[in-house]
Amino acid sequence: MSDVADRVKKIVVEHLGVEEDKVVENASFIDDLGADSLDTVELVMAFEEEFGIEIPDDAAETIQTFGDAVKHISAAV
Amino acid sequence: MRRVVVTGLGMVSPLADGVEATWERLLAGQSGAGLIQKFDTSEVVTKYACEVPLGDGTNGTFNSDTYMAAKEQRKVDDFILYGVAAAQQAVHDSGWMPEADADRERTGVMIGSGIGGLQTIAATALLIKEKGPRRVSPFFIPGALINLVSGHVSIRFGFKGPNHAVVTACSTGAHAIGDASRLIMFGDADVMVAGGAESSICEIGIAGFNACKALSTKGESDPTKASRPYDIDRDGFVMGEGAGVVVLEELEHAKARGAKIYAEVLGYGMSGDAYHITAPSETGEGGERSMRAALKNAGLQPSDIDYINAHGTSTMADTIELAAVERLLGDSASRVTMSSTKSSTGHLLGAAGAIEAIFSILAIRDQVAPPTINLDNPAVETLIDLAPNVKVERDITIALSNSFGFGGTNASVVFGKYK
Repeated sequence: MSDVADRVKKIVVEHLGVEEDKVVENASFIDDLGADSLDTVELVMAFEEEFGIEIPDDAAETIQTFGDAVKHISAAV
Repeated sequence: MRRVVVTGLGMVSPLADGVEATWERLLAGQSGAGLIQKFDTSEVVTKYACEVPLGDGTNGTFNSDTYMAAKEQRKVDDFILYGVAAAQQAVHDSGWMPEADADRERTGVMIGSGIGGLQTIAATALLIKEKGPRRVSPFFIPGALINLVSGHVSIRFGFKGPNHAVVTACSTGAHAIGDASRLIMFGDADVMVAGGAESSICEIGIAGFNACKALSTKGESDPTKASRPYDIDRDGFVMGEGAGVVVLEELEHAKARGAKIYAEVLGYGMSGDAYHITAPSETGEGGERSMRAALKNAGLQPSDIDYINAHGTSTMADTIELAAVERLLGDSASRVTMSSTKSSTGHLLGAAGAIEAIFSILAIRDQVAPPTINLDNPAVETLIDLAPNVKVERDITIALSNSFGFGGTNASVVFGKYK
C-alpha cells in the first residue's frame, strides 16, 4: 500500500472511529463506515490539512469511498 | 393543575461524577477547588477553580468514555459532554426509557447552559486567525450551540416531546426545572428531562469574569478556602463546571409505572431586577419577589420553609440575598437552615441551579442540610442557621432553592416531601 493510502487510512480510522481492516478500497464512508454528511466534510478538511492540498467542493462530492480519496489525493500531491 | 414529581437525578460536579458520590462529599464538607489543570493560567489573574475530577471512573472521577464514544467527544464542547452524562444518569435512575412512539412523544428535554461552548468558540476564532475560515469544522456550530445538550439527549433516548433550552446566565438550571415543570403541568408533556450544563473554565472564561471583578483572586495559596459565602473574607466566586439534570414526571404517570419519587415540585417563582447588568439590586428586592412568587405558586407561607439552598456565590451579593431572605421569613427566620453549597462546588453558572435543586431534593430525602464550608467569621449576624462548616440534621419537609443571574434574572423553586 502506498504512503498516501496509509496516511488516508489513519485519518479515516481516527475520525470515524472504525477498525483499520474495515477501511478497504470500496468502503463507502457513509454506507460502510458510519459517517454522516458532516463527517465527510470534516474528513475532506483533514485530507487537505494532512496533504497540504485544496479539494474543491465539486471534487469533494465525488469522494465517496476510501479508494476515491486515495485516488484523488494521489493525483493532487 | 397536574402535579409534578422528581423521579430521576443525574450530576457531574467538581466534587465527583455522580449524584451519590457528590452528595457524600458535600455532606462531609469537602471542597472541589484546586489549581486549574485545563489550560495554562500564567496570563490570567485567577489560577484556581472547581474542575470536574477527570479519571478512569473510579473513586468518583469522571471518565468521558463512559458516556460518549471518543469520536463523538471530539465534536462537542465539554458542556454538552457533561450535560449528556448527567442526563444519562438521570434517565437511568428514573427507569423511564420508553420504546413506544406514543410515550416518547410525551417525553421532552429542557437542558440549558449559561454560556454554552465558550472554549470551542474561542479555539475556533484562533483557528480562523491562523489558518483561515476554510479550516472551520462542520462540527463547530453544533458543538457549541446551547440547545444541543437537549438535542443530543433527545436523539440518544428517542425523546420526541418538547425540545427546548433555557439561557438565563446563573439562573439557567433553576429556570429550566421550573419551566419544564410547567410544561408538564400545562399538559405539553408527561415527562421532562431538565437541568443545566456548563464548562467555562477556559482562558477567555476566566479572563471575562475576572474583568467583571466577579471571581475570587486571593485564594491561590489554598483554593479550597477561596469559596466562602457569608464570610467576612470572601472575595468573589470560584468558577465551577459540570451539569445537573432531573427527570420530572406527572404524578399519576409516575405512580402508574411504580417510579421511585424523590420529591414534588411545589412552586416556581421568577422576577427581574430591572437594575444592573451584573449587580443585584441593593436591597435584594428582586430575589425577594422571586421567592414570594414561588411560595404563592406553591400555596405556602414563608413559615413553612425548612431549608433554603441559597444562591450565595461568595461575593458581596451574599448579604443582599440574606437580607431578602430575612425579610421574607420574618419571625420564622430562627427555625430555618440556609446553606450555600457553592462553598464546596464553586459556582457552576448555568448548571448551578440544577445541581442545587438536586441538593435541595436530597436534603428532603435524607433530612439533612449540607454545610456552608469556610464560614469562619460571618460578615453579618443573622438568626438564620447558615450551617457553618458542618451539616445540619433536621426535619426538612419544604426546601427552596434560589438562583440569580446577570441581567437581573431571578428564579426560585420550591420542593416538598412527596405525600
